[in-house]
Amino acid sequence: MRSVRAHPLQHLLAMIGALGFVGATVAIAWVLGWITDNVILKPPAERESSMLAAVWVIVISLVSGVSVLARRWFLSMAELRTQRDWRRALLHRYLDVPMDFYRRRDPGELLAHVDSDVNTATMVLKPLAFAVSVVVLVIVTMVALFVAHPLLALIAAVVFPALALISRIYTRKVERPSAEVQRRVGEVSEVAHESFDGAVVVKTLGREGVEVQRMRDASQRLLVERIRVGRMRASFEPAIDALPTVGAILLLLVGAWLVGRGQATPGDLVLAATLFSLLAVPLFIVGFFLEELPRSVVSLDRVDRVLDEPIAATPIASQRLPASGPLDLEIKDLVVGYGARRVLDGLSLRVRAGERVALVGATGSGKSTLLETVMGLNVASHGSIRLSGVELHKVNPAELQQAVALVFQEAFLFADSVATNVDLHSASEPQTAAAALNTAVASEFVAQLPDGELTVVGERGVTLSGGQRQRVALARALVRAPRLLLLDDATSAVDPVVEAKILSGIRAAFDTTMLMVAHRISVIELADRVAYLAGGRIVATGSHTELLKRDDYRSLITAYEQAAVS
Amino acid sequence: MSIESTIAEGRANDRIKALQVLRRGIAMSQQLRRGLPVIAAVGLFAAVGRLIVPVLVQLVLDHGVLGDDGYRPGVVWTLSLLALALVLIVATASRLALIRLLTLAESVMLDLRVRAFEHIHRLSLADHSESRRGVLVARVTSDIEAMAVFMQWGAMSWTINPVLIVGTLTVMLFYSWQLTLLVLILHVLLVPFLRWIQQRQIAAHSLVRDRVAETLGHASEAVSGVAVIRAYGYAATVRKRLDRAVDNQYRSQLSAFKWWAVMLPVVDLVSAVALAASVVVGVTWGEEFGIGAGSLVAFVFLVRLLIRPISELGEVFDTTQSALAAWWKVLGVLDTPIEVVEPSTETAVELPPGPLSIEARAVDFAYRAPTLVLRGVDVSIPSGAKVAVVGETGSGKTTFARLLARLADPTAGEILIGGLNLRGVAPQSRRRSIRLVPQDGFLFAATIEDNIRFGRPGATAADAQAAIDELGLRDWLENLPAGINTAVGQRGGRLSVGERQLVALARAQVADPGLLILDEATSAVDPETEEALAAAVARLAQGRTVLSVAHRLSTAERADLVLVFDDGQITEQGTHQQLLSAGGGYAELHHRWVSNTRLTGPVVR
Repeated sequence: MRSVRAHPLQHLLAMIGALGFVGATVAIAWVLGWITDNVILKPPAERESSMLAAVWVIVISLVSGVSVLARRWFLSMAELRTQRDWRRALLHRYLDVPMDFYRRRDPGELLAHVDSDVNTATMVLKPLAFAVSVVVLVIVTMVALFVAHPLLALIAAVVFPALALISRIYTRKVERPSAEVQRRVGEVSEVAHESFDGAVVVKTLGREGVEVQRMRDASQRLLVERIRVGRMRASFEPAIDALPTVGAILLLLVGAWLVGRGQATPGDLVLAATLFSLLAVPLFIVGFFLEELPRSVVSLDRVDRVLDEPIAATPIASQRLPASGPLDLEIKDLVVGYGARRVLDGLSLRVRAGERVALVGATGSGKSTLLETVMGLNVASHGSIRLSGVELHKVNPAELQQAVALVFQEAFLFADSVATNVDLHSASEPQTAAAALNTAVASEFVAQLPDGELTVVGERGVTLSGGQRQRVALARALVRAPRLLLLDDATSAVDPVVEAKILSGIRAAFDTTMLMVAHRISVIELADRVAYLAGGRIVATGSHTELLKRDDYRSLITAYEQAAVS
Repeated sequence: MSIESTIAEGRANDRIKALQVLRRGIAMSQQLRRGLPVIAAVGLFAAVGRLIVPVLVQLVLDHGVLGDDGYRPGVVWTLSLLALALVLIVATASRLALIRLLTLAESVMLDLRVRAFEHIHRLSLADHSESRRGVLVARVTSDIEAMAVFMQWGAMSWTINPVLIVGTLTVMLFYSWQLTLLVLILHVLLVPFLRWIQQRQIAAHSLVRDRVAETLGHASEAVSGVAVIRAYGYAATVRKRLDRAVDNQYRSQLSAFKWWAVMLPVVDLVSAVALAASVVVGVTWGEEFGIGAGSLVAFVFLVRLLIRPISELGEVFDTTQSALAAWWKVLGVLDTPIEVVEPSTETAVELPPGPLSIEARAVDFAYRAPTLVLRGVDVSIPSGAKVAVVGETGSGKTTFARLLARLADPTAGEILIGGLNLRGVAPQSRRRSIRLVPQDGFLFAATIEDNIRFGRPGATAADAQAAIDELGLRDWLENLPAGINTAVGQRGGRLSVGERQLVALARAQVADPGLLILDEATSAVDPETEEALAAAVARLAQGRTVLSVAHRLSTAERADLVLVFDDGQITEQGTHQQLLSAGGGYAELHHRWVSNTRLTGPVVR
């Protein structure tokens, strides 16, 4: 398999370890037989040295121990390295696929690929070398028994396949109920999540009893499935335990008869019995290996499907933007759609260099889609976007990212320090970052954090309020001194007074073109011009007062007036 | 041990006393107590099954082959058939016992899960804060699952293997106590080593868990932050961060596996030393110890037999440890006292019909922490009043609202509703007469009709329809694909936030409460739903006392009384006009809001 090809050395060493273990196992059984014959059962005079025997036992055990160690260690290494490689490959692919990929997939699913799917896909690696060694062990045992006496080998030839067969039957029977158990576990956890999420409502309505009953039912269904699997196990395990024992009894019966007729030695008998007892557990593990195989293949398949996703095309950067100054944005007949739905349907808009335009439109009218498309995150199916005359798709991505900054409403911050969030590459001067925070009116609260700019935010660090997060995210854009700033409702959670301060600060500090989605009257009034977006097009542009003459615009603004204040 | 650490993860670092957990756990569960004989039986049967062969080998060799009379087929056959019969009996019996054991384990799990779940629901809201919710869910899911995993694999191991070890040692004793002692001493030397490895393993695994969480954290950032990463050209840096996390995870896992890899070989080696020592000592001093050749062969076989149970126990140590920890945590939940104690049925009083007055006397409240969320809140609200509660996030306004519905009890002071102490009010009466509508508008995974009917026990379909009409929601409802039979999905997720609130309002209407507590939604809703909401709230408010946790100052403008909360205290109260002219914090807040959001000066509707 692929893991073997990628990490041949570890697999080879593990295999050597596995075979060493087989050798040692057989050897110890043989030495015990030899000791029985030549040390214990001989009259004292003819005895071999018991010390010598002891040394042999310990040496062989050491070999066995070292080989088990080698097998486990190198197999773990091979398994973990394979996991590491696949994890990396998946994550790299996530960074390289087109944005469209994310609209087709659920984030939870993408994380599951990286975590559990990779684990499950490699689960078969661990018993792999062991399984191979068990097969070898069975063959060696057969040969050893055959050498002792063909009749003994015959017994083994009946017992071993029977064991394998029982394992196989069990594995197949238990597969469906096991999957069912997993489903029921999921159900129980869903009930718990949902029920505790709604604790307030459950309490006010006095529905605790109903909820407990719901949990009891879900748990009962899980119990039924678990017991179904348990009953199968209860039939299987004693059988797999008893079979080698029955084999060993047969062996003794035949062996004793052979010894009585002088056709075998008691040592042969001990050797055969030892080998028999040694094989029961390994065969069980082989059964486990076979059981896991289909699940692993399914998981690997899921991982592969992501790895087969095409990488986003890198645009051919043939033209350069003007070296400095605010950018002019010209959008013509833009059509952008997700699947069959056209979100933007022939949209045209011109924002002149240095101009501030407020973008107003109802929820779902395509404001965010427009800004994302200008940022190059969406691909237009028709129409053109020009930045100071240069076609968007002809601009080098790095240059575009430097010149144009988009700030999202959902202020996404990395679970890292404020400073890192403002400038992930730490490419800019400390003063620039400080100035950006200052313009975003974030310096004050950042200074009050326990470690100032170095305070870790999110996940396990300090939790910032929505407005604070938005201001840090804004500073991230300002630190690049963008020449076209796209604000997608980027200050919606900030206090209106602070918001006004931020927006006028940007105008004072940066020579930039701005296109901003706005809800608040105060923001709309700050803009030079308002563009009203409806039905996938800009239906009107002009000053706020001019647009108020339109009924649809006015009713939208009236609804905004009700906006929450805290 | 404080309740705090019981509920939170705080116990992770405590050393868990296995016996203590077992004693408490068994005491808690009657089923488990009754099941103990079954568990003992399973262990005994399985152990006997595994001991048959070595004993037989010895007997056959000593009496059937190597005895004074040489080969005696009769003895061999008798012994073999006897053993065969025994194997079959043991297999059948252990099958039955195993089924009993698994059934027992499962019903103990179910019982524990349901009890913990019920207990958590009975805990006051002080234990249900956002930050603890994940922990609470874990108590009835992953913790119980950790125990289930143990019950399936580890528990069997713990029932069989000790019996096996003791059994093997006992049989060995029959052959020679001197040799048994020797073997025992050598194996006892193994114990401190195994403990040492186990401790290393626990530490290593906890590091692995942290590293895995880190990788997932970074991966989740890469996925959910994809737009920012693309827009800002962060891919290269993020790639480096991801690689580092994946690499760290790999290294921590490898170092954890190190201990796993080393464990079995060491057990094996000790066993080999014991074996070698037995042979040397047995051959040299066998006659003095009274151990014959055949017996020595069997003894050697028995020593080999000790390996399996010992290493099996070593392998399940991990799951045992986490199962014990999980059990301890679940027991901790059950130990958390229920704070909101309902009055007994004889003393409980009923709230009067009609609008209810509210009175808070020196109310303090804290969420299981030293810092008070509410401090000395004193307020008196006449029945039928429309009250708006304003204040910043964390000022205590939501907590105050929740105390009025008795989702938790004040840590000091008292609350009177309709002139009656809230603690003495019968729960049914309270739930019907006091209705809190939270801002997230949580709905159950059922139809809209069902959700409305949940508002009052015994509410009919006609009641639900009536509530819809009374609140003027007919138009909205008709626009839904399946009307009142629309399934709302988990938590009401198939409806928008605003729509969920509409259903929650109808649910309140069905109950016809005398006191309505509204927590306004903070998130923006689309204009049409907003309009429907405002109309529904106005209709629902008629003839009731209404307390709104206001996020919009327009709500405060319309209220009879405004309560301004700041840092857990009521800092201002009065009508909107009074507060404006007082020129305090409220006036400033209102001024700011008006100047930033209004088309033209303040509008009073």
